[in-house]
Amino acid sequence: MVTLTSPVPQRRRRKIWTESRVGLTMLIPGIVLIVVFMLIPFFYSVWLSLHVEIVGSNIPIRSVGLLFYRHLFTDPIFRGIFLKSLENNGIFALVVVPVQTGLAMFLAILVNRNGAFVKFCRTTFFLPVVFPMVLTSLIWKAILAPGPAGMLNAALRVVTFGHFTPQYWLGNVHLALPSIIVLSIWQGTGFQMVIFLAGLQGIPSSHYEAALIDGASRWHLFRDVTLPGLRNTTIFVVMVTTIFSLQVFDQVYLLTQGGPLNATSSVMYLAVSQAYVANNVGQGAAISVVLSFIILLLSLIQRQVLRERVD
Amino acid sequence: MSTVSLPASSSAPRRRRRRRRHVPWGVYALLAIFSVLFLFPIYYLVVGSFETPADTLNGLRAAAPSHLTFANYHSLSQQFFSSTITGSLQGFYTVSTLVSLIVVVGGMIVNSLAGYALARMKFRGRKTLLLLIIVLVIIPFQAIAVPLYYMLSGLRNTVVVQALPFIGSAFSVYLFYTFFLNLPPQLEEAARIDGAGPWRTFLQIILPNAKPAFASVAILSFIQIWSSYLWPLMMTSQPNVYPLSIAIGNLLKQQSTPNYGEMFAFGVLLVVPMAAFFLVFQRWFIRSVASLAVKG
Repeated sequence: MVTLTSPVPQRRRRKIWTESRVGLTMLIPGIVLIVVFMLIPFFYSVWLSLHVEIVGSNIPIRSVGLLFYRHLFTDPIFRGIFLKSLENNGIFALVVVPVQTGLAMFLAILVNRNGAFVKFCRTTFFLPVVFPMVLTSLIWKAILAPGPAGMLNAALRVVTFGHFTPQYWLGNVHLALPSIIVLSIWQGTGFQMVIFLAGLQGIPSSHYEAALIDGASRWHLFRDVTLPGLRNTTIFVVMVTTIFSLQVFDQVYLLTQGGPLNATSSVMYLAVSQAYVANNVGQGAAISVVLSFIILLLSLIQRQVLRERVD
Repeated sequence: MSTVSLPASSSAPRRRRRRRRHVPWGVYALLAIFSVLFLFPIYYLVVGSFETPADTLNGLRAAAPSHLTFANYHSLSQQFFSSTITGSLQGFYTVSTLVSLIVVVGGMIVNSLAGYALARMKFRGRKTLLLLIIVLVIIPFQAIAVPLYYMLSGLRNTVVVQALPFIGSAFSVYLFYTFFLNLPPQLEEAARIDGAGPWRTFLQIILPNAKPAFASVAILSFIQIWSSYLWPLMMTSQPNVYPLSIAIGNLLKQQSTPNYGEMFAFGVLLVVPMAAFFLVFQRWFIRSVASLAVKG
């Protein structure tokens, strides 16, 4: 850092030195906790994914190279479940990301005005965000209950004047994933709505005024002012929602255990059930590592897209 | 970090101002429809918790019960009668509250200090550390849950282990870092001229100016820790250390013929502290989530 020939006066050098010492003292508690409970576990999971360990046995730990990664794509039984889980995550993301982002933006535009009723609605849309997923799952399990006693079945029956046949929402191969999607959207939309609301309020009103002078219609205002003004917010929301979509676990574990016939199995559910339930730690770790890299890749893409805007 | 001014009178387009008497009935109608859709599950939860088991799962009639009862709450308190054998409601509350307190308070202290040091102090390796923090923000907890389970298996069935991995948070450090970066440096310069050291500057000058950042971190980490499920699921097997989420999850998973009324009552108990907290500090909740938008 400071060489002997440096013209930096003694006083200044000492100040930098004490400052760096104080800086390190301030850093250490937080950084140590983060390194011990995030960074080390991450490297440990990479290590676990390259070794085989029979928990509770005397068989020594053995390095198996990329076996667990190959398994994901070549093992005749496991490959099917892994690809199905990946596909489910993909479908989940492809539906939830556009629907939830669109709905959140739409609701944000609706509640971006004054009035007691509007304020009430804002609270209402945000309220599910404070509902833990355990509770969301519980409520929706009752709403989606099979047979005519289930709330949704009964409601659909009334709406269709008795023509609707009650469905077993969470037990039907075709309906289980859509059901999980609906309850996830109910829980998550308010969060994104608030982010959009902040984005909307960041658009200078002069932009609207300029467009109005040009005689823009309401649609043109949305297309030419609101949407471009929300560009970065939208990219952020889309990325966060995508990452959340790839981490789906609680609702799957609580409501369907990946069933029926793996119709709702998610990558994270598979990783946890492999490592924790099936005691196949290496396999679970390998899945976690693959998932982390997918998420890391998506985040890098997001940064790239955001940077293009600045240039 | 942006602060959201609600309501948004300043950014309302001029068009609306010009037509002051115009009432947007279409907007109100849409809002009403969506409110019903969003509120209904919550209404069902609350009303269902006061119904008899036969009424809770009874088609649309469950939404308009003929009579209400406290029976579900009563049977819950009887079911969880012993803190060691079945766990007690009081015990679940205590664990959830303690874990949240440790994470929120501990997290505010260590993460704000780290964020401040990264934003304002000069030391070797600062840039590397910052990059590390940014990368770690992305790694989902689920991806490290399994190795963490093996690392900490010696601490299973304790309260501390439920909080420990969440105190230091790359995400909170980053939030504090961006906030402190945007704070005018003149604040510290003035303090330094008055002869205040770095610690006193932080405590007396920076802290009072960083309330929004602290509120954001506190609220976001509280939502997350109060709702956490996977980690306590892995780390607890004894009822005396179950947090609320695990107790209610077990009820949901174990019953082959679910008693929804009872579970709803439990659900109400789980969400009431959080919902009350939200309704009182609503402005701060919304601000803290909105502050995320600037990040990226």
